[in-house]
Amino acid sequence: MSKTYYDPADLRKFGKITEWSEELGTKFFDYYSKVFEEGALSAREKSLIALAVSHVVKCPYCIDAYTKDGLQRGITKEEMMEAVHAGAAIESGATLVHGVQMMNKYDKLSM
Amino acid sequence: MSEAKTKQSLHKRNDQLANANRQLEILSNGIFASGELPRFADKIAEIGHTTLRPNKLEILQINVGYMCNQVCEHCHVDAGPDRKEIMTRETMQQCLEVIKKTGAHTLDLTGGAPEMNPNFRWFVEEASKAGIKDFIVRSNLTIIRANKKYYDLPDFFKKHNVHVVSSMPHWTRGKTDKQRGNGVFDKSIKALQELNERGYGMPGSSLRLDLVYNPSGAFLPGNQASMEKDFKKALLEDFNIQFHHLFAITNLPISRFLDYLIASENYEDYMYALVEAYNPEAVANVMCTNTISVSWDGWLYDCDFNQMLDLKVASKVKHISEYNEELLQDRNIIISQHCYGCTAGAGSSCQGTVA
Repeated sequence: MSKTYYDPADLRKFGKITEWSEELGTKFFDYYSKVFEEGALSAREKSLIALAVSHVVKCPYCIDAYTKDGLQRGITKEEMMEAVHAGAAIESGATLVHGVQMMNKYDKLSM
Repeated sequence: MSEAKTKQSLHKRNDQLANANRQLEILSNGIFASGELPRFADKIAEIGHTTLRPNKLEILQINVGYMCNQVCEHCHVDAGPDRKEIMTRETMQQCLEVIKKTGAHTLDLTGGAPEMNPNFRWFVEEASKAGIKDFIVRSNLTIIRANKKYYDLPDFFKKHNVHVVSSMPHWTRGKTDKQRGNGVFDKSIKALQELNERGYGMPGSSLRLDLVYNPSGAFLPGNQASMEKDFKKALLEDFNIQFHHLFAITNLPISRFLDYLIASENYEDYMYALVEAYNPEAVANVMCTNTISVSWDGWLYDCDFNQMLDLKVASKVKHISEYNEELLQDRNIIISQHCYGCTAGAGSSCQGTVA
């Protein structure tokens, strides 16, 4: 069997990170679950944000988890893809906005 | 999954999963090398249950036949147009005698499409005289628009103050038709509008209309209250439809849903998802503790799922013809790995979440 860096079954073991550092792991999971509770933003909106960020940080585990989470919440595939585009737009914008730095540097160095 | 495959029941196709023993074998042993799941019996032992025992009987659920005009991909009954199992009037008569003397406050008629049983209307008329507090008919909605002979069903339901409970997997056409068949969404919308016109589902109306949400795939249902809010908003804005409550139900790994899980290679993950979502607080309220399920041929089961797995009640009384509530109450409920489905998350029953 070929070995890969990512194994989907590892997602189920996520909670085990507390075994090697209970205090920090527990604090993280407490924080994590609190973040995704209903608040000024709905849990549904937060799920879509999480899905978009999952793509931007290119986390396959997160993509699996928040696609499933979206399905469980009745979020449609069109909504999910729009969220991914929003993330992608910010990500590509973040690259492109550095073009201004390039332009500034170019102009400064040029006669 | 090919369309041709989904148009026939597992029974018609002589599929191995049409055999209840084969399903139990898969559920008990798993089919993947790494799929060694904890036993449900051990899980409930952790909270002090050596077995499950029934509480007071509240719901008598009667399956009047497996015949259906739909062939839904997730159907745990394996119902469809090719299923011919239908409750006879003789068995219905035996049910009526029980209905008259049982302490159950709810009568829950299910199928298949219960309306396709030729004796359905007679049975409803007779049963509605028995003083049952809540008389449920689980209607798939499309039956109301399937054929002229069913067009008056909304009026018939209203006349007998039937509580209509109908499946609706999503407020969008695509997801609904994918699970339940092409055209189901539009027909369901039309049927819901007709029920609304009769007063069903309207605020303050005593004509109860509830919807059932089953996830359209290998995932668990979301929060019932939140889903209800989304369903109500979408159906009202898009189609001016109203209803009372949404029951979020977990799909149990039985029959066609089990077939789907295996074929789509989701079985192992789904079973783990159920186990990980196991909620001890749901155990005390699972529906088998207050329900008796009667099959089309009169056999008695702890629940609809045990019926499909042919796990008859562990009692001297096994058939409606020999019904004895006192004897039946003194039994152990039969459990297996599929019971994780009713104890996952907020729990699941035919009336939605339980915890």
